[in-house]
Amino acid sequence: MTAPAQTAPGRDPGLRGRRTPLLVLVGVAVVAFGVSAAICYGTGFGNWVLVLVMGLILYLVGSFFAINRYEGRRAARDRTWGALIHSAFVLALLPLVSVVWTLISKGTERLDLNFFSTSMNNIGARDPDGGAVHAIIGTLEQVAIAAAITVPLGVLAAVYIVEYGRGRFTLAIRFFVDVMTGIPSIVAGLFVLAFWVLIVTPWFNNGQPAFSGFAAALALSVLMLPTIVRSTEEMLRLVPAPLREGAYALGVPKWKTIVRVVIPTALPGIITGIMLSIARAAGETAPVLLVAGGSDAVNINPFENNQTSLSLFVFQQAGDASRFAPARAWTAALTLVALVLILTIAAKLLAGRNRLRR
Amino acid sequence: MAKRVEATGVTAYYGSFKAIDSINLRVEPKTVTALIGPSGCGKSTFLRAVNRLHEVLPGARVEGSLTVDDENIYDKDVDVTAVRRMIGMVFQRPNPFPTMSIFDNVVAGLKLNGVRRKSVLQDAAEKALRSANLWDEVKDRLGKPGAGLSGGQQQRLCIARTIAVEPQVVLMDEPCSALDPISTLAIEELMFQLKDLYTIIIVTHNMQQAARVSDRTAFFSIEKTGDPGRLIEYDNTQKIFNNPSEQKTEDYITGRFG
Repeated sequence: MTAPAQTAPGRDPGLRGRRTPLLVLVGVAVVAFGVSAAICYGTGFGNWVLVLVMGLILYLVGSFFAINRYEGRRAARDRTWGALIHSAFVLALLPLVSVVWTLISKGTERLDLNFFSTSMNNIGARDPDGGAVHAIIGTLEQVAIAAAITVPLGVLAAVYIVEYGRGRFTLAIRFFVDVMTGIPSIVAGLFVLAFWVLIVTPWFNNGQPAFSGFAAALALSVLMLPTIVRSTEEMLRLVPAPLREGAYALGVPKWKTIVRVVIPTALPGIITGIMLSIARAAGETAPVLLVAGGSDAVNINPFENNQTSLSLFVFQQAGDASRFAPARAWTAALTLVALVLILTIAAKLLAGRNRLRR
Repeated sequence: MAKRVEATGVTAYYGSFKAIDSINLRVEPKTVTALIGPSGCGKSTFLRAVNRLHEVLPGARVEGSLTVDDENIYDKDVDVTAVRRMIGMVFQRPNPFPTMSIFDNVVAGLKLNGVRRKSVLQDAAEKALRSANLWDEVKDRLGKPGAGLSGGQQQRLCIARTIAVEPQVVLMDEPCSALDPISTLAIEELMFQLKDLYTIIIVTHNMQQAARVSDRTAFFSIEKTGDPGRLIEYDNTQKIFNNPSEQKTEDYITGRFG
């Protein structure tokens, strides 16, 4: 296969390369999808998805040769790779679109006022009503407590590692944070069950172990902490050293340099890390089931008695025998996604407000 | 306002690597002293030793004594932050604080050291920006981010930030190496004005600049890579550039070495 556009030495090709006529590309596309459709429907093997995928592959191969013919090898490679990368992007986006679409189409059925104003208290199997207000309260409280514990602890740990830590102790901290990252959520739940619920709570509760939303928050903290430490650490490391030295050179003490210069500079990244960990924690079911027990009624007090959460609510409703339960599960799942999205956007706006505009 | 800086046997290490070896140097008040020499000869290290910024790096340490008006800044009971307030520094690349406005950048040293009064801050900002020849360019947009200025303006902003805390000595580590000739000229003119008030020590790779702005010039050099930097010659700038006593200095000045 010779490429005419690759000119012989001495012949000036000009600065403007030749373009492949659009008509040729359209022709290649028609042939590609035509052949693909003919193969699929002719043999009766596969459906329209296969036609689409096979057609796309045939089109890429065909257009490569067409472009090669008109514009030369380099342009053909460039455009084929470009098309491949765009296809990969679309492919990666498909699951996301599919999830969002499924959630919205199935979740809107019970997206009514009743869902957000009632709990599952006294809701029987034949009752189409019932809502998730208790689960929403549970999720918000547990995640808020977990964040209140882990954000200061995680950010301070990262500051220690980056700004003060020297030697073995820091290496040990980083190692254990890495180990914590790999802890499965069920193990975190079991840890809190064994330690907090079975050993600590009997002291406060006349010798009886007690479930609580706070115990769930503790389990979520175990999961959130390593994410926050590692992401904050990475962000603090990105702050250029000359910025710190600029502050030192003004006679600003080290701790104040960290609080007023380093952390504000890294803040958008730190907030992103915190929001990622919160999103992960809000979606955890197993630890909540293990140490908060789940509940059908509203329980505002996270320190006493059972609580549930949105993800646990989804889990329980999805497995419920009632024919009204799946709709509740879908709506709760949609609510959970919306909640995390709203929290993330709010946090980003808050962090952005710190940025200079005026 | 200006103070005398005297280094006696200043030796600086990065871990086990000796970067400069017993430097003796005396800088008179209200003068500009230029440090010249090939890359890696320890000029910047020496400069960073003068305001105790060298020791910020892990494993870095300084030996010897460095006195500012007969007070050794390396004494045990000396407060490092007080030393750095007294001896300001301008860096090679402009480093305004990205989260702060122009105004906040200029008064950062005051604000972060506890000055709250708005009127005091405003006066200090205007004074510092005027001395840095930047006031007219930024007075209408003091609330805008400092990082939005051009490179030369950013560097003058950093100079304003440094002189806003009213130091006695100003250190400049190749302040013009990232700037165009016009901005360089602006900063050189600024140095002429500032030396009435401050003692200035400047590291530069630009020998014309050293000849233009400085009263005294110190030539640093190393024998070979891995050796510590030493002070080869220190004299009036005129003498260094016209009639140096050391052969090495002459080789460097005339471009036969380094």
